[in-house]
Amino acid sequence: MKINSPLDAYKYLPGTNCGRCGEDTCMAFASHLIDRSKSGEDCLPMVEEDKYAKKLEELEKLLAPEIREVTIGTGEKSVTIGGDDVLFRHKLTFFNKTAYAYDVTDTMDEKELEERINTIQTFKKFYVGEFLNLDMVAVRCVSGKPDTFASTVKKVIGLTELPLVLCSFDPAVLKAALEVAADKKPLMYAANQENWKEVAGLAKEYEVPVTLFAPNDLDLLKSMAKTFAELGIEDLVLDPGTFPTGRELKTTFENFLKIRRAGIDGDGEIAYPIMAVPLTAWMAYDDDVSASYWETVVASVLTVKYGDIMIMHSIEPYALLPEMHLRDTIYTDPRKPVTVDPGVWEVGSPTADSPIIVTTNFALTYYTVESDISSNKIDCYIVVADTEGIGVEAAVAGGQLTADKIKKTLENAKFDLKEKTNYNTVILPGLSARLQGDVEDKVGSRVLIGSADSGRLPGWLEKNWPPQDK
Amino acid sequence: MSDKLKLSDLNSILKDLDVESLEGVTIEGDIELDIQGGGGMNPAMAYALGHEAAQISLHVANIARMLGYPVDQLFAQCLGAGGETAALQAEPAIEELLQAKFDVARSSEWNTPIQEVTLGATSADGGSRGHTITLGGEKAMPFYFDAEMPNRNYVTMDVFDMPISMAKSVKSNYEDVMGDPAEWAKKVVNEYNADMVTIHLISTDPLINDTPAKEAAKVVEDVLQAVDVPIVIGGSGNPQKDPEVLEKAAEVAEGERALLASASLNLDYERVAKAATDYGHAVLSWTQLEINAQKELNRKLMKQCNVPRDSIVMDPTTAALGYGLDYAYSNMERIRLSALMGDDELNFPMSSGTTNAWGARESWMKESPLKEDSDWGPREYRGPIWEIVTGLALALAGNDMFMMMHPTSVQVLKEITQTLYGNIEAKNPDITNWITAEV
Ligand code: B12
Ligand code: SF4
Repeated sequence: MKINSPLDAYKYLPGTNCGRCGEDTCMAFASHLIDRSKSGEDCLPMVEEDKYAKKLEELEKLLAPEIREVTIGTGEKSVTIGGDDVLFRHKLTFFNKTAYAYDVTDTMDEKELEERINTIQTFKKFYVGEFLNLDMVAVRCVSGKPDTFASTVKKVIGLTELPLVLCSFDPAVLKAALEVAADKKPLMYAANQENWKEVAGLAKEYEVPVTLFAPNDLDLLKSMAKTFAELGIEDLVLDPGTFPTGRELKTTFENFLKIRRAGIDGDGEIAYPIMAVPLTAWMAYDDDVSASYWETVVASVLTVKYGDIMIMHSIEPYALLPEMHLRDTIYTDPRKPVTVDPGVWEVGSPTADSPIIVTTNFALTYYTVESDISSNKIDCYIVVADTEGIGVEAAVAGGQLTADKIKKTLENAKFDLKEKTNYNTVILPGLSARLQGDVEDKVGSRVLIGSADSGRLPGWLEKNWPPQDK
Repeated sequence: MSDKLKLSDLNSILKDLDVESLEGVTIEGDIELDIQGGGGMNPAMAYALGHEAAQISLHVANIARMLGYPVDQLFAQCLGAGGETAALQAEPAIEELLQAKFDVARSSEWNTPIQEVTLGATSADGGSRGHTITLGGEKAMPFYFDAEMPNRNYVTMDVFDMPISMAKSVKSNYEDVMGDPAEWAKKVVNEYNADMVTIHLISTDPLINDTPAKEAAKVVEDVLQAVDVPIVIGGSGNPQKDPEVLEKAAEVAEGERALLASASLNLDYERVAKAATDYGHAVLSWTQLEINAQKELNRKLMKQCNVPRDSIVMDPTTAALGYGLDYAYSNMERIRLSALMGDDELNFPMSSGTTNAWGARESWMKESPLKEDSDWGPREYRGPIWEIVTGLALALAGNDMFMMMHPTSVQVLKEITQTLYGNIEAKNPDITNWITAEV
């Protein structure tokens, strides 16, 4: 973005405060342009009325992110990468989380191919109200044969909607694959010093995004990017090479830093998304666990610092889980509130005999507890106290989770325990055991202390619910 | 009006326009330029003339277009292209890569190095450690090319003064030494390559064993006897008891330049600070994910308690991967950036309680409690990598010292941080053709 204050953006807006964008004033809208939660097109007068056309165009140019956005794939599963404007996430937020692609090859037999792709596309992990998933499949041409590769790519397309990376340095191989896959808008990998002319031709002919590969040669990388842009090919991804170990890995890390800093600082010729290939860790380690560990480590470093898309090999859960969580960590919007609404909420279809459990309105706590319960098909009421977005242990320590808070939550929800339930009993989180007496006094109910971790709650309920004596 | 523009029409338009420079040129048939006025025209001349003619015909075509002639179609047909105007402009055929030089500026904002803090004292300095460890000194963000990083990252491994509950895959490494802190310390140094040892005096907690401070201090002596690496001394986390425990421990460790963990705003930090200054130790300034609280505590330690700058290390709190690491990461990154830009209340090395990663259920639970989740796989592999990734993210945010537990985690974290530091030589595979690699 070339501007950074709402005032700068305001100058381009109609200034009529008509409210059609959903904001009360153009100034309010302008601040959303700067925090990137709204875009120029949301101001309908600007889109509809010719007299604003020029201003809109200028504005959009100023608002365009420093790092170019590139979309791979089509439809719902398509991924967009790039689009960043800052070097440190707390300065705004990072946009478009790193896209993770896992490899298959054209020498795999049908069964292996099918199993791998299935794992890649179905792997999921619940986290804060939604599922973390994997994004892409990278098809590597190992056979060297255009026909073989094309037929594998065709099979892969039949098996998954995930966007693809087509990997070969041989233009003939790439062409054969594009013949069957171009309409899915795969990412071509890759142009290099030798083949760039032919690959540029393919990128133009088939209108697909393309990766430029220049291992540890930033001059060459930039010169390729410049050339491709000159040719009108701007959906580019840069791969400066991922050297898996030793000093070269340090250099790899530095290359990522350099490319991104140059791009954010305004060197448009190199302001494209960056690709990492942690898969190269498998070329450095022999045994699977070491290779998988090291691959995760390299992926972690380059997820934190500026990798926008990466190709990996291990689909072991112990590799996938930390990878997915780390990118979520880095790409979570630090400006977003992480609370849920306080109140008494139903999970499933609770009756007067169902358990009543107490927790906090910290989103992480709430969703963890809620999913632990609902996935085990337990019907119950959740009393979500307003702890100002603080989790159980810290809220007890800091005084945001108290007997009074719990009482107030029930009252505000007009939830009378004696009237609506048969046991007049609430269950507190194990980590808030010390509130037991207080809650008994203030709420006037019986209080049970549940497990420390809500993951153990289903087992705990089996033993302790319903309470033995009424 | 005919829908075709005949060349003769073009001719007559040209005539009407009285274009001087086209005099002597007639256009006939299939756009053939018949140049009258004698043969033997030199090629440069022909080119110039042709160029001019083309220019003019474009000009004229524009006029014709204005008059409503379907000029584009005509041109397309003449040039044998598919009816697009674009065909008029040939693709820029590029035969050689355009030259470009990559260049990026070094940061000009980072002008203040991080304070160096040395832990441990050898006999030369009145201690009995085999070597010392220096933290801090950075002039840039970690591992960046802007400036060489003077000191590498260090790992201090946790030792407890009593058996405690811990994740199964951690515990299996320590079962034989659980009851004996000195043996435990030896094990982490000799077998697991710990740079330092943290002795946690958790049995002193009144709610646990309420071990008297004096007795706890004996354990510190035992550990100092057992190993010769620099040590960290931790209390139980009980704010009432910790100052007393740390005082006694500091006294018996006099001269060894240990790190006292911790001073925090919710206990009598003055006593902890005094114990450090009286007996020549450094102090860990611990706050909970809050940059202003960190500034406040550091300020108090320096101004109110007279702790020298070279004796403060910060613990801005570590939340595990998936459990608040986003806060912990950005908190550390902001602290380090402010420090490099000259904030002298934040200009200290940082330490992370990376062990917190073992609180995340993904690191220790046998399987996901959620039926919808994919299989989590064996926890023996899940746990260590959780600790590694938690620590690694913070290493990239600027953390200098890691308090850790699992031997595999320690080994891998050291390998990657020292690789990024530039300390590890390795022969790399040829990645130029990674696509066909057998993996
Ligand atoms: C992140 C964090 C913070 C963040 C909080 C962010 C937030 N939005 O909550 C911040 C920086 C604000 C913070 C501040 C403080 N913190 Co703090 N913090 C942590 C940390 C690192 C992680 C906590 C966390 O998010 N856990 C994850 C969530 C999902 O867990 P949870 O809410 O407890 O939910 C789980 C269980 O409770 C259970 N559960 C939840 N609901 C229910 C319901 C039922 C019925 C059942 C059965 C189970 C159940 O299942 C859930 C999933 O496992 C822990 C250390 C650790 N444990 O790793 C310290 C910790 C919790 N903090 C601690 C302290 C002391 C504080 C402060 C008081 C420090 C201070 N002196 O300023 C302040 C208090 C601030 C306040 N309350 O205003 C202590 C608490 C010690 C104690 N036992 O009393 C801890 C343990 C650190 C420590 N070792 O000292 N903290
Ligand atoms: S729609 Fe446009 S003109 Fe109307 S208030 Fe919003 S920004 Fe202003």
